[in-house]
Amino acid sequence: MTTGPFHLEVTLPSDVQQGLKVQETLLAELERRDYPEHDRFCVRLALEEGIINAIKHGNKFDAGKKVVINATITDQEAKFLIEDEGHGFRPEDVPDPTADENLEKSSGRGVMLMRTFMTSVGYNQRGNRLTMSKTRTQES
Amino acid sequence: MAAGQRKLDIEQIGDVTVARFVDKKILDENNIQIIGNQLFGLVEQDGRKKIVLDFTNVEYLSSAALGKLITLDKKVKTAAGKLRLCAIRPDIYEVFAITRLNKLFDIRDDQEAALAGF
Repeated sequence: MTTGPFHLEVTLPSDVQQGLKVQETLLAELERRDYPEHDRFCVRLALEEGIINAIKHGNKFDAGKKVVINATITDQEAKFLIEDEGHGFRPEDVPDPTADENLEKSSGRGVMLMRTFMTSVGYNQRGNRLTMSKTRTQES
Repeated sequence: MAAGQRKLDIEQIGDVTVARFVDKKILDENNIQIIGNQLFGLVEQDGRKKIVLDFTNVEYLSSAALGKLITLDKKVKTAAGKLRLCAIRPDIYEVFAITRLNKLFDIRDDQEAALAGF
């Protein structure tokens, strides 16, 4: 398929339902470009974690605080940026959720799951801007 | 329970409660909160001690849902009960494996295997 890149830029209040609508729009674009099912699974999970983290941990569910979501999707790669208005955090300070002492904690797995399922994941210095990408898996 | 809020199909097989998730996607905080309350209710209100969670319909699962499952597991253990998970498709099982939660939970291939020897 030879189609130009898809771009999206939205600014949302810290509202989970609105975040999920953006997620659905982005997943629909991946489906339109015939991204493999597992790639779409990975992106859906990563977007869920990234958007919820921005709303819940970044903006503390403050409806007055915004979340910016940028996306560029081509036939080869899907890139996303999610930015909140929070103080930020240091990803290296997040405890390893797979360590025995953390295994039974009910939270703390989102960053790890994003890193596992996406091709690249990065944060700005402040820790309030997430960028991640998924390179299309070539099917044999 | 409000209409449209049923998140679990419950079946009693002997003394084992089998709860099958209704939704394909166990995502978003609100949805997970409702599911969590319904699961916890099985233990805390209904006193069920042997529970099988059937994931046949589940296509997506977020880390917040994993958190609720961990809390459920703790509640069941506190009540001296047992929890088993079953019929988890490969994509979802990968999430359990990556997070090492496949070591915490008792996961069986299907409902029959989950019910065996309970």
